[in-house]
Amino acid sequence: MHQVINTFFSPHDFRVAFPNVWAGFQVNLKLMVVAEVLVLILALALAVIRGLPGRGARPLRALAIVYTDFFRGTPLILVAFVIGFGLPALNVHGISSRSNFTYGVIALTLVYTAYVTEVYRAGIESVHPSQRMAARSLGLSYWQAMRYVVIPQAVRRVIPPLLNDFIGLQKDTALVSVIGVAEAALQSQAYSQTYANFTSYTVAAVLFVLLTIPLARFTDHLILARELRERATAT
Amino acid sequence: MSFVHLDRVTKCFGELEVLRHVSLDVDEHNVVCLIGASGSGKSTLLRCINLLEKVDEGTIVVDGQEITNGHVDVNALRRKIGIVFQAYNLFPHMTVLENVTLGPKKVRQLNARQSRDTARELLERIGLAEKADEFPDRLSGGQQQRVAIARALAMEPKLMLLDEITSALDPQLVSDVLDLVRELASTGMTMILATHEMSFAREVADKVCFLDAGVICEEGSPEQIFSDPTEPRTREFLGRVIAAGRL
Repeated sequence: MHQVINTFFSPHDFRVAFPNVWAGFQVNLKLMVVAEVLVLILALALAVIRGLPGRGARPLRALAIVYTDFFRGTPLILVAFVIGFGLPALNVHGISSRSNFTYGVIALTLVYTAYVTEVYRAGIESVHPSQRMAARSLGLSYWQAMRYVVIPQAVRRVIPPLLNDFIGLQKDTALVSVIGVAEAALQSQAYSQTYANFTSYTVAAVLFVLLTIPLARFTDHLILARELRERATAT
Repeated sequence: MSFVHLDRVTKCFGELEVLRHVSLDVDEHNVVCLIGASGSGKSTLLRCINLLEKVDEGTIVVDGQEITNGHVDVNALRRKIGIVFQAYNLFPHMTVLENVTLGPKKVRQLNARQSRDTARELLERIGLAEKADEFPDRLSGGQQQRVAIARALAMEPKLMLLDEITSALDPQLVSDVLDLVRELASTGMTMILATHEMSFAREVADKVCFLDAGVICEEGSPEQIFSDPTEPRTREFLGRVIAAGRL
């Protein structure tokens, strides 16, 4: 018991490891924010492309499907390796001499865009066709109907699942440590290797959990609020 | 020349012929009521007129312009044709006022102030000025349907298509909506109504068309259709309506 506490939960090591792990965790936060913003924008664009009507848009729709299938199926760690080690090896000016942070953002964005595209798509499809019909019958164009009527309703509906993916993204920022981004997991590992003590991992875990809990509760709150509202309008 | 002219219009959903060689003329400032059982093609006919449905055969001319030749600006056409649906189809994420101003702002390109003023005037007219900032789900069905009519009117249409607009309403809410339609008729609005409200059709219509299985089986003045129908199928339909206490 004493052994376990000393190895994983030593107060002394907690204090000593904290500054470096905290510094690393701030990198996680940055990765998360930058990737999330990119994901929200790109995924919405892809979801809209997937829903384009008509035969002319078929190749675009197909591309969007191939993209989501591919990146939903590929483990993030593989994507991170390919981006983080592969792009520098290419020796192409402009893409081969970026920071590891940038490669981390790219890998996270590529993978999470695929997930979030599906979330948006479900939201767009959940808006009843009569809404689009009502908008078009006012003389709004296809894009205006999407912009003012369909997408606002779709986004509102998918906020809880979006937040869930957001939580997943938060945690997966630790995975890009494999390409040498000096984030919390990597800092914890460095500490544990230097001092033969694993409390640093506990520090990182605590930080991640503390970040996740408010988001998880907020998601619950949104879901509950919506249920109440829907029950109120149903009566 | 009539304002709306349908010439042998046919519309199919797959194998099913929903409209078969339908010809119809609607004069300006007239009210035409389409009656008939559910599934007889009333709604489809209305939707063909503003191109929410594409016709398979035949031609439709609206306001002197053929709309079925594939060269028409669909959005411009819909600007002058208002349609109101059975299920209201208000935009639930917008307030009443925003519902009514969306079209004027984005399609008629009015500025925020002009569109707001027009919308407030319309809400005043339908007696819902105080609901301007409420969301649709806070309104009764009858109120929502009146807002839907206001939303269509805000585009200043030359023609209104009303698709069974009282069918989803509680009976005690129907009269407010019908009063509004009556008022519209009195202002000379050209309207085509699909309706199950027979006594209302009899009262406001200049012409009544009885649809059966995608065909206009009989058309005539309300007096003639309701008092002296010539077609056996019209008689049978009206007989059942009377038996159900709806006329």
